[in-house]
Amino acid sequence: MNLQALWLTIRLATLVALALLVLGLPVAYWITYSRWRLKFLVEAVVALPLVLPPTVLGFYLLIALGPRSPLGQWWQALTGHTLVFTFEGLLVGSILYSLPFAVQPFAAAFAGIDGSLLAASAMLGASRWRTFRRVILPLSVTGLVTGTVLSFAHTLGEFGLVLMVGGNIPGVTRTVSIDIYDKVQAVDYAGANQTAQLLLVISFLLLSCVYAVNRAVGYSAGFGHIVPGKKN
Amino acid sequence: MVLPVLEARIQKRFAPAAGSSTGSAGETSDLDVSFDAQPGFTILFGASGAGKTTVLNCIAGMVRPDAGRIVADETVLFDKERRICLPVARRRVGYVFQDLALFPHLTVEQNIAYGLANLDRQEQKTRTDSVLSSFRIEPLRHRKPAQISGGERQRVALARALVTDPRALLLDEPLAALDLPTKSLIIDDLRAWNILRRVPILYVTHTRDEVFALGERVLVLDRGRILAQGTPHEVMTTPHYETVAQLAGFENIFDAEVEAVHEDRGTMTCKVMTCKTMTRKTTTGGEATPDEVTPAEVTPAEVTTSEVTTNEVTTSNVTTTDLPVAENSTLVLETPLVRSAAGSRFRIAIRAGDVLLATSEPNEISARNIFPGKVVSVERRDVIILARVQTAADPHVEFFVQLTLAACDSLGIAEGREVWLVLKTHSCHLVAR
Repeated sequence: MNLQALWLTIRLATLVALALLVLGLPVAYWITYSRWRLKFLVEAVVALPLVLPPTVLGFYLLIALGPRSPLGQWWQALTGHTLVFTFEGLLVGSILYSLPFAVQPFAAAFAGIDGSLLAASAMLGASRWRTFRRVILPLSVTGLVTGTVLSFAHTLGEFGLVLMVGGNIPGVTRTVSIDIYDKVQAVDYAGANQTAQLLLVISFLLLSCVYAVNRAVGYSAGFGHIVPGKKN
Repeated sequence: MVLPVLEARIQKRFAPAAGSSTGSAGETSDLDVSFDAQPGFTILFGASGAGKTTVLNCIAGMVRPDAGRIVADETVLFDKERRICLPVARRRVGYVFQDLALFPHLTVEQNIAYGLANLDRQEQKTRTDSVLSSFRIEPLRHRKPAQISGGERQRVALARALVTDPRALLLDEPLAALDLPTKSLIIDDLRAWNILRRVPILYVTHTRDEVFALGERVLVLDRGRILAQGTPHEVMTTPHYETVAQLAGFENIFDAEVEAVHEDRGTMTCKVMTCKTMTRKTTTGGEATPDEVTPAEVTPAEVTTSEVTTNEVTTSNVTTTDLPVAENSTLVLETPLVRSAAGSRFRIAIRAGDVLLATSEPNEISARNIFPGKVVSVERRDVIILARVQTAADPHVEFFVQLTLAACDSLGIAEGREVWLVLKTHSCHLVAR
């Protein structure tokens, strides 16, 4: 068992989940409440990682974050090293890759809130921010849990994008899924199986948590969008 | 001190099939209303789709009028010409929605304190405590909305809106789902509150009972226009428009006093009171000139008056403004039990279609109100016969009775015919005065 890879993966997944909790909320809020008529374009962009092969996303990220891009050059001037093939680069890529897994449950939870509650909040003198904090967030708990857990679990198992943007540097960008791939390449089936089983168990437990939380609260905010066969 | 008044001049065009923001389907007709609401209850009455909710939404700021001006307690909330449109959160208008919109994740206490965020903790607590006790929901303080009854939820919703000291209170059929006793208890508490804080209360309803129960003043709204306004008695019992009459629905309306209460039987006996002269609605706001009041537009609702008949007297009587003089008659009706206190006064409303006629005294019949009378007039309207029957007990008390042509023919109902009036206890609808 490659504990170094496991630790790195868990660190990455945790950071991605937290970052998406912070970044995903405003995006989801905008998607839910904006009346812009071209909103559907933004929704499509956010959902792209759901359907795009990870290698395609990884390839463009490699170029966008690479030393020749403005972003890569800015990063290099700031930190002295490139963004690609580093943990930070991997983090940026993973956040983009898991974006829909956070935003869609968040947005679905927001959309599920009775509009008259928001109107009542405004009638009682509350600002948008206060309404968001005191009404929208507490009523979206299941959506928040779902989105966060899903983006964590999704990051745990990503492969193609890691390989493209991160490469395979032990302790820096070698995640569990790449470790499994390496072991299979080296015909170490027993080692691969050990790690694969661990990943399987973790994923299963996480999803069970999500379903359990949804069940406890009585509805499955947004989950139906991601997991087939589960409808609100 | 100048009492707070709500002035509303609202014009709003709707594209076909455009819904209002709270989703009341079908409110698609253009809105053009203008009224002042004094402190106390003003009822907005009309069929669904008349634009009642839209009026409230415009005042609350959730819908933006195309033109007009809305002023509450000397604060301009909206003025098209001066380009003023205060955002919802700054209007300080209390609004209780039809679905109440209590925050499901907050306790009763937290729900009520929600609108007090700008006050310090001590003040929040004082105000919350006082409104909790005046609406008798103190024991529910730590419960969530899902854990309390419908009537209790209405109280919480009212308390939540009132605790913020609103400039005006908008109520969108908040009591529609409640039974009459629960409803009248809540209304009593609301009235008690309103005596202390004299703000205008705009109350939307499409139930006639509520108009009589609450009404100090009623505005009848139909397809975006105010058709009639005045006291409920003026508007609902002497409707100048067919629409109002249809809305009002009750052809027979009496003042009554509870004579005895039979808790065990679930009934009361009520003495019917008569008025010598009735308040005729003088044409309000120039909406209707006497000439426009044709017999067809006046339904036979003036049962409490002996002089006014449907046809001839209408036009000549339009300017009569004498106040009703209550007088006890000897007619006693058995009614459903509503509030138990002998001596309390109600109005009894009975639909003409609910009154039966018999040519001889009916025996062995379940109806509890059986008394003799004499047909004064018979009028045919399309396929319906409306008979005006004077009771033998008191010639001032007259009932309008709706009959089919066949029933009229087979009983030989004609002017001067002696008949028996038969009335079920539950056909007598009690409304609080």
